[in-house]
Amino acid sequence: MTRHLLIGSGVAAVAAAETIRKMDEQAVIELIAQDPAGYYSRPGLAYVLSGEVNEKMLFPFSADDFRRLGVRLHSARATRILPAQKMVELDGGSTRLAYDRLLIATGARAIRLNVPGADLEGVFKLDTMEDARRLIRAARPGRSAVVTGGGITALELAEGLAARQMNVHYVLRGERYWPGVLEESESRIVENHLQRMGIRLHHKQEVAEVLANRGKVGGVRLKSGEQIPCDLLAFAIGIEPQAELAREAGIQCDRGILVDAQMQTNLPGIYAAGDVAQVYDETTGQYVLDSLWPEAREQGRMAGRSMAGKAGAYHKTIPINVTRLAGLTTTIIGRVGKGHDADLLQIARGDSETWRQMPDTLMAQTGFEVNHLRLVLGADHILGALVMGDQRLSSPLQKIISRPVDIRPIRARLLEPGAPIADILADFWNELQTSSPTEG
Amino acid sequence: MFKKWFTSESTRRAALFEGQVTPDSSRCVQCGICTYNCPIAIDVRRHAWTGQPVTRSECLTCGDCVQRCPRGVLRFERSELGSPRKA
Ligand SMILES: Cc1cc2nc3c(=O)[nH]c(=O)nc-3n(C[C@H](O)[C@H](O)[C@H](O)COP(=O)(O)OP(=O)(O)OC[C@H]3O[C@@H](n4cnc5c(N)ncnc54)[C@H](O)[C@@H]3O)c2cc1C
Repeated sequence: MTRHLLIGSGVAAVAAAETIRKMDEQAVIELIAQDPAGYYSRPGLAYVLSGEVNEKMLFPFSADDFRRLGVRLHSARATRILPAQKMVELDGGSTRLAYDRLLIATGARAIRLNVPGADLEGVFKLDTMEDARRLIRAARPGRSAVVTGGGITALELAEGLAARQMNVHYVLRGERYWPGVLEESESRIVENHLQRMGIRLHHKQEVAEVLANRGKVGGVRLKSGEQIPCDLLAFAIGIEPQAELAREAGIQCDRGILVDAQMQTNLPGIYAAGDVAQVYDETTGQYVLDSLWPEAREQGRMAGRSMAGKAGAYHKTIPINVTRLAGLTTTIIGRVGKGHDADLLQIARGDSETWRQMPDTLMAQTGFEVNHLRLVLGADHILGALVMGDQRLSSPLQKIISRPVDIRPIRARLLEPGAPIADILADFWNELQTSSPTEG
Repeated sequence: MFKKWFTSESTRRAALFEGQVTPDSSRCVQCGICTYNCPIAIDVRRHAWTGQPVTRSECLTCGDCVQRCPRGVLRFERSELGSPRKA
């Protein structure tokens, strides 16, 4: 009987457990979870903050589901990996668990804000279930909040707090929102929407200090010297893989834990998957980090397969996220941006390093404030796309880019000035469907 | 953005009657908004996890889950097994 030990209770670990069980009914599967809330939809935390769903809905698996999977849960923190003994130490104490195969799926954590006063009561991040609960308790209608940072989570914080009737100030270091991924016109679309929601933007500013009022947050001082009185400060300035356990055990790491196509680390029998893993991307030839739920699941599955002794190789898929940016549903696929983002120290949640690998190439775009479509064109293929508003082309584009489909028949037309690119693509897709309907 | 394309009102209605809710797991983040909004408490989220279409005959095909999903995971697809209301 093989003993499988999984560190972490996120989607990567759960997907690995499911896969191992499918392939080996006898295997012992043990899971170490430090988060008392266990396994939940972390992207869903934003919807709990905005009030669209209640907290209870975020748990995809019941205790029964775990029992049926035959997974033994340990509520503890893994504090040391001892590769020579094939053991993992729990809670810094004498309890140790033995393994034949080990998966490190410890995810990533929010990078801390490093300014005076950042440890005051009333400073929040949105990382875990407990963070969401605390933030919701503190978000009182009619009071003021300052949000700082970049990427999707900063926006979710600003919008979520505005949905809770707070007066929200959004402080950005840069000249515009999410410059590493969005074009200038797209940033402006988002910012206009935020302003319409009543959110006040402060560009080229930085929180220099959190000011106390009776021991709690009472305001912030910006670099310019301006002060904004507020009752809470929420930040999202990027995330970092939780790779310390691996580093200390002598496992090869760069920014995350380096893994091969089987999700194995440089130490045989030890695997990594999800936000903590840095995986090889064939399209760019680099080892990259993602913080995407479906990618974490796929990696967990592949790790599970390898741990169960089955052959297979992980091929990084084209990263995609469908999210809302200031109320506008937006799909981001493949390589769409480049450039520096002063608001993020690393990638954010729901983010991919691959999105920033846009080559110097041609772009076709169309649309205005509500519906906007941008394509990044290579010689034969579409390399990336951003779809804002009307989502009818979102799924077709995901397929056209992932497969990838040869677009030479329409490329020249897409690049004509003022081309109706949505219609050209829709016709092209419909024709593809008729010629090979099964591939849809 | 579009001058034309497929969704005339009549094809939309046909899809509602004849279709079944079909998930694209590669977009799902298991937030549970679909299950939360199902009027007859089908666990649509689990379908999105396993990739299986909702074939249960109780499904009202009301479209609430399809519409509320913030990530375009769900859509109506014609069911393979003899759609009853074929013209
Ligand atoms: C607010 C927010 C918004 C997001 N938005 C999106 C989005 O729009 N789209 C998208 O695709 N993704 C989004 N994500 C990212 C997505 O949730 C992650 O990519 C995914 O959860 C990664 O799964 P994982 O299993 O690798 O890690 P995690 O889900 O982070 O799970 C790791 C688990 O390991 C546990 N752990 C860590 N160290 C130890 C230890 N030493 N001992 C025991 N347990 C340990 C942690 O407590 C945690 O529970 C978002 C995340 C958040 C928080």
